[in-house]
Amino acid sequence: MNELAITVIGRDRPGIVADVAEVLARLGANLTDSTMTRLRGHFAMTLICTGPATAEVETALASLAAEGQLLATVRAVTPDGDVPPTGEPYVMAVHGSDRMGIVAAMTRVLVDAGGNVTDLSTRLTGELYVVLAEVELPAGVADTLVGRLHRTAAELGVEVTLRPADPDLL
Amino acid sequence: MTGEERGPDVEAYAGLGDWTPDSLAVPGVVRAVVSAPDPVLSRAADEVDPTAEETIRLAADLVATMKVSPGCVGLAAPQVGVGARVFAVDVTGHPKAVTVHGTFVLCNARVVEATRWKPGREGCMSVPDLTGDVKRASRLVVEGDLPGSGEPVRLVTDGFEARALQHEIDHCAGLLFLDRVAGAHAIYQRKVYL
Repeated sequence: MNELAITVIGRDRPGIVADVAEVLARLGANLTDSTMTRLRGHFAMTLICTGPATAEVETALASLAAEGQLLATVRAVTPDGDVPPTGEPYVMAVHGSDRMGIVAAMTRVLVDAGGNVTDLSTRLTGELYVVLAEVELPAGVADTLVGRLHRTAAELGVEVTLRPADPDLL
Repeated sequence: MTGEERGPDVEAYAGLGDWTPDSLAVPGVVRAVVSAPDPVLSRAADEVDPTAEETIRLAADLVATMKVSPGCVGLAAPQVGVGARVFAVDVTGHPKAVTVHGTFVLCNARVVEATRWKPGREGCMSVPDLTGDVKRASRLVVEGDLPGSGEPVRLVTDGFEARALQHEIDHCAGLLFLDRVAGAHAIYQRKVYL
């Protein structure tokens, strides 16, 4: 079974998801994990699909791209790339005045503590820059990490909070 | 009769009183827990006769199954494949619990008052690989019937026990936490630590 990593990005308009999903369904490509979101007026889709060959999907999406302003990429990936968790889940929230290097600096602090970012989104609205990151941290590092995050945030002139994202099993 | 028709007639309802799982007087059997997308989890379950022998046995089984499942604080009949409005709850010792009623089972339970909604991340034994952010009332009044005696009860609770009750009452209505997640980016792959 082929596993494909597909990205589609283009000027947002109603119907992009339906159009792309329809093309994939017609080819027998099964949409597995995906995120699809609007980023500053562009609609961005990152998908993992199983099924058809790369070339087939490329051709089908190219015809869609020709009609509108969509850019699609397709590449084969190795299936079953699940990474075992490295620790406990936390959410890091950063906000403040926009400037260069906030994501780079803050995520570097996480990595240096052995953290692994599993989800991250950023938003810029006016002057306000917001970063939300889901991160897995090795047990016991959170307390010292908070201090390091605060120091780096202070250098950048932004605020940071780190809180556990422990789910409750019901 | 619905909760609205019944009205907040507090006197008509006792709390759990001296009810304990031992009141059921039958040994519980551990049952297999079913996972989504099993259709039983998505069907509204049927009202039960709380005094019926099969209800009493089901109640004992739910308690037994909950007790042997690590970290489990509640289990509804649809989760063991039975479309009946019965669930067990026990949040004893949970760090987020405030009011704790111990181990109990309710039949035909319904929410009659829900206030102070708060977000929280939930997982479910029947959706083992995902968690999601769900808003739940942190002050809750629930009415239902006790299995065995069939006595009506009115429970007033809060915090984590309130969250657990809403999660189980949802199961009895054929709803999973997935039906209530806060948004498209509010479900997460669940990490299991060994």
